[in-house]
Amino acid sequence: MAALIQLEQVTRVYRMGDVDVHALRGVSLTIAEGEFVAIMGASGSGKSTLMNLIGCLDRPTSGRYLLEGQDVSLLSRSELALTRNRTLGFVFQSFNLLARTTAHENVELPLLYAGLKGKERRARSLEALHSVGLGDRLDHLPSQLSGGQQQRVAIARALVNKPRVLLADEPTGALDSTTSVEVMGLLQALGDKGITVVLVTHEKDIAAFARRVLVMRDGHLVSDTAQTPVRATLAEVS
Amino acid sequence: MGPLQTLRLAVTALLRNKLRSFLTALGIIIGVGAVIAMVAIGEGARSQVEETFAAMGTNLLIIMPGSSSSGGARGGFGTQPTLTWDDLKAVQTEVSTVARAAAVLRTQAQLQSEDQNWATSVQGTTPEYFEIRKWRVSRGLPMTTSDNDSGAKVVLLGQTVAEKLYGANADPVGQLVRIKNVPFEVIGVLEKKGQSPMGQDYDDTAIVPVTTFRARLAPTPGNYLSGVMYVSVRSAQETAKGQAQLTALLRDRHRLTRSAEDDFSIRNLQEVASAQQQGADTLSALLASIAAVSLLVGGIGIMNIMLVSVTERTREIGIRMAIGATPGQILAQFLTEALALAVVGGLAGVGIGVVVAQQLSVQFGWPLLIRPEVITAATGFAGLVGVGFGLYPALKASRMDPIAALRFE
Repeated sequence: MAALIQLEQVTRVYRMGDVDVHALRGVSLTIAEGEFVAIMGASGSGKSTLMNLIGCLDRPTSGRYLLEGQDVSLLSRSELALTRNRTLGFVFQSFNLLARTTAHENVELPLLYAGLKGKERRARSLEALHSVGLGDRLDHLPSQLSGGQQQRVAIARALVNKPRVLLADEPTGALDSTTSVEVMGLLQALGDKGITVVLVTHEKDIAAFARRVLVMRDGHLVSDTAQTPVRATLAEVS
Repeated sequence: MGPLQTLRLAVTALLRNKLRSFLTALGIIIGVGAVIAMVAIGEGARSQVEETFAAMGTNLLIIMPGSSSSGGARGGFGTQPTLTWDDLKAVQTEVSTVARAAAVLRTQAQLQSEDQNWATSVQGTTPEYFEIRKWRVSRGLPMTTSDNDSGAKVVLLGQTVAEKLYGANADPVGQLVRIKNVPFEVIGVLEKKGQSPMGQDYDDTAIVPVTTFRARLAPTPGNYLSGVMYVSVRSAQETAKGQAQLTALLRDRHRLTRSAEDDFSIRNLQEVASAQQQGADTLSALLASIAAVSLLVGGIGIMNIMLVSVTERTREIGIRMAIGATPGQILAQFLTEALALAVVGGLAGVGIGVVVAQQLSVQFGWPLLIRPEVITAATGFAGLVGVGFGLYPALKASRMDPIAALRFE
């Protein structure tokens, strides 16, 4: 398997006033296409920083990060945005849907920035919403949807541009356990289709759905284990 | 993302906060409306001044006898008119810039028609006067040189006098009018001349040949011209030169020593006209700058609201960036919002400004003067204000760190 994501001795230092905060202290990591990886760790362990770096929302202080073989630290802000738009999809703990904007319009947004025409946007966002089982909620506002439904809209939005990597930051953090399993099943189904999934969580139950678990502590990667994932029983994915 | 989609995003965002967007645009509406209305007021005032002086003739000089400041010092001479009929001849023939000159003598007299009477200023003059004033008859015939030579008892009536004696639409030509009990035949009615810059009614007058005037109405002894001279110079540009030439000629003829003051005065209407013109121009500039300031305040309003909006929507900006909006696309979105507010406000302001200017022109009786340049300039300036004041908030939005923006509560 080709290395889709490759980190070499990556560090990230924030300046908080007069104090340097070392969020990452030299992390090396390779993730291949099609993997389902969970990153675990306590808060402050650096897992979110690692996630932001992989997601091209941030750039390393030192070290190299190659995404699809390209050194991300050399890209401009605009080029990073293009990479996020084309290669990556994000799912957040708090859904981060635009308020007062319908499900359909939310899902369309990445296509808008990609410069697609109206008809094609419409068709592809419909397809994405159908694939997460929300084909009948197109014109609902986020406030009219349940947490699980909102997260599924967010997943549809992350998928609509056909990304190679789906990044999920505590995707079940705001959901009850039943809905959590549903969402994880959805992510597993996507993984089965060949999309690389990187998941950040602090819950062991959720990490159990992954095939590979990384553990972060104090800015270091302290363990990297493969496992047989728990399968979420779910048939809602078309 | 195309400009049309950016515009749609901007309009959608503005419509989310209708009242706020309206109030923000209101600043620009008032600013642009004020610019248009104020400039129209200035132009109206200016055109009225122009009209008034055009009625008098701007290449006109009036020579008056016995300058008031020197009168007393000249002893017995001061009570006498200082201009002579020979002076008039010299003015007519010896000064290169003078086109025409005419004596105008005045007296106050009661006019009587068959059943009405009216007190007015009766003037005695020669046909040149009508050419100097560019004053034609609207009915009947003008005064001729032979009327003057023969001392004919004929009179031309101003519109006001004709109306007072004969009613608004009657034709007085051929009627007899008694002036100081001397019967005069009305040969014509003068066209309407309007008001002087001081508000005096030019049309409240009756004009007779100067020879008849001197023989019948106000006998003046000797060679003195007991009135004023109206002089037209060949062009408005030559009024100053003409004034200097006339002063030199008359000082020479009156044998005034170097130290003596003029015993006459020459009024240059060009000066009065340009002073009033300047006043009107200053008024225009003042009004326009006040209006421009209000437009500027409108722009600051846009900036204020856009800054608030950018802060409020930090999370939205973070989301948009995370899913792939480039800094340029974020910049374009917020700049378009500011521009849309300014341009829509500007267009509404044009409408309101035109209506206000129309109302004012009716109120003051001014011609409605709205030049298309002013509308274009005001709208264009509104757009510039939108870009200018929208740029900083939009830059602020585009430079946000997506991670910090996503964490913003």
